[in-house]
Amino acid sequence: MSKRMTEPTPARRSASTNESFAREAADVTTLSTAVADRPDHETIFDVEDVSVFYGDKRAVRNVRIRLAQNEITALIGPSGCGKSTFIRCLNRMNDLIPSAKVTGSIGYHGQDLYGSDVDPVQVRKRIGMVFQKPNPFPKSIYDNIAFGPRVLGLKGDMDEIVESALRRGALWDEVKDRLKTNAFGMSGGQQQRLCIARSLATSPDVLLMDEPCSALDPISTGRIEDLMMELKQDYSIVIVTHNMQQAARVSDMTAFFTVELDGDSGHRTGAVVEYDKTDKVFQNPSDKRTEDYVTGKVG
Amino acid sequence: MAVTAGHREATRRAVEPASSSQRLKESAFKATMLLSTLVGLLFLTVLLVDVGRDGLPLVGADFITSFPSRISPETSGVRSALQGTLLLIVVTAAFIVPVGIATAIYLEEYADTERWWNRIIELNIQNLAAVPSIVYGILGLAWIVRGPLSLGRVLLAGALTLGLLVLPVVIVVAREAIRAVPSSIRDGSLALGATQWQTIWKQVLPGALPGIATGVILALSRAIGETAPLILVGAVAFYRFDSDGLLSSFSALPIQILEAVTDSDPAFRDLAAAAIIVLLVILLLMNSVAIFLRNRYEQKW
Repeated sequence: MSKRMTEPTPARRSASTNESFAREAADVTTLSTAVADRPDHETIFDVEDVSVFYGDKRAVRNVRIRLAQNEITALIGPSGCGKSTFIRCLNRMNDLIPSAKVTGSIGYHGQDLYGSDVDPVQVRKRIGMVFQKPNPFPKSIYDNIAFGPRVLGLKGDMDEIVESALRRGALWDEVKDRLKTNAFGMSGGQQQRLCIARSLATSPDVLLMDEPCSALDPISTGRIEDLMMELKQDYSIVIVTHNMQQAARVSDMTAFFTVELDGDSGHRTGAVVEYDKTDKVFQNPSDKRTEDYVTGKVG
Repeated sequence: MAVTAGHREATRRAVEPASSSQRLKESAFKATMLLSTLVGLLFLTVLLVDVGRDGLPLVGADFITSFPSRISPETSGVRSALQGTLLLIVVTAAFIVPVGIATAIYLEEYADTERWWNRIIELNIQNLAAVPSIVYGILGLAWIVRGPLSLGRVLLAGALTLGLLVLPVVIVVAREAIRAVPSSIRDGSLALGATQWQTIWKQVLPGALPGIATGVILALSRAIGETAPLILVGAVAFYRFDSDGLLSSFSALPIQILEAVTDSDPAFRDLAAAAIIVLLVILLLMNSVAIFLRNRYEQKW
């Protein structure tokens, strides 16, 4: 696969936040232990002290978590807590927002995703993303799936690639007789599974899902959850969800984000409060704020 | 309507009826709107009937295929002017389509609107759309016919001048069409590992194309009706040769119409009506294509 047009990689690191990190380090050190205690799980993302700024507003601060391979990690928390902002750091989608700046480092299989020699386009080839609202292209079902492999110049029988992606997306049996029809004619749930299948067609390593079921009915949601459970055999999945039952049902690990007032500026900033095995977060949370949220007292 | 306790059972109504003055106001309002609509239609009809009565008997195969004549109105035609107008459409389109779309892509997809120079470009394009066409004619005369380009009074100079005139319109329409492609489509493409250019070329442009094509056609139909800039860049009214490419003298329908209308001989003035009919047919055809493109291919997101 040839290296394509490289986007310029602006320097996104700043030293100015290091001091505040030192102050806040005390209350976040406990978070990264959860995965460190599980040596049998290989780390895929090693997130070290990541903060995201929009202009001079800090949207998320000092996230330190380690995500394990072939697991489903759920990011939960109230609206505005920076879950979506954070998940978009994992495949450098925030680069598309001119005012966004990411500090800290995200290790991906040991390589810094925000290193100066890293091309965000190459990152997104490895780390796929499914969005909140199904966003099929205004093309046929076949061409939706084939778009990724085509732009990446993947070799092979395109018909096979499309069939295999649709099978992995649990959509093949429903659409095999109408591959050439426009994807806009599908139901919302089918469209979302098409978007998942589309991401799988380029054989990524990780699937990021930003509230993938929030626009779907419970039956479609159930099908996508079943699909996720199957996919985690081959992929690592990170999912943002507002639906706590969903997080409890599908995920292995859960990170609870909350909103707090930034002491320096008075802006609302998101931060990770608790990161642990999903059972523990929901049944025996160690932080009062997590407990209030998962038991429905707030949020 | 006052309802007292004693009459409640008898006069009880779930919904009050509208008062008659209210109804009258409503219909008067509606009638005014309708009349205003008819004003425009009426004038257009009168114009068409008048032009048709004078010109229609003259329009025929001979009229299309004959060169203009100063001597005999019976054998005069619009051959060279029609050729000129059709060539102007093609050459102007070849100029405005790539330049207009490229500008629109830059402004919508690449330009950071926080930067002052991008804001100045935007403001200027909006202002250029309002500059009178004769000013573009002077520009064409000074910079294209003479001056830096020095092309002479040739068709290419006319096409470039008309292109500059309608370029702002094309850019504005193309930007709107590009903006109408939802950002979720761009996100979806980029998240699959497509580059920004692949995303624009394979997702954004195809989605925006019907809108852009419609805008280009409407801009062209404005361009070919323009007279003033063509007079300034030296279009010829009586051109008695077939068109000899981009670098030869040329005529155009509006020029010939103007010349005929100002003639003292009524027989020549009727030729103007006939030429207007030819021009109107071209315009109607172009607008029909634009409407067809919009209805058939416009993407609903």
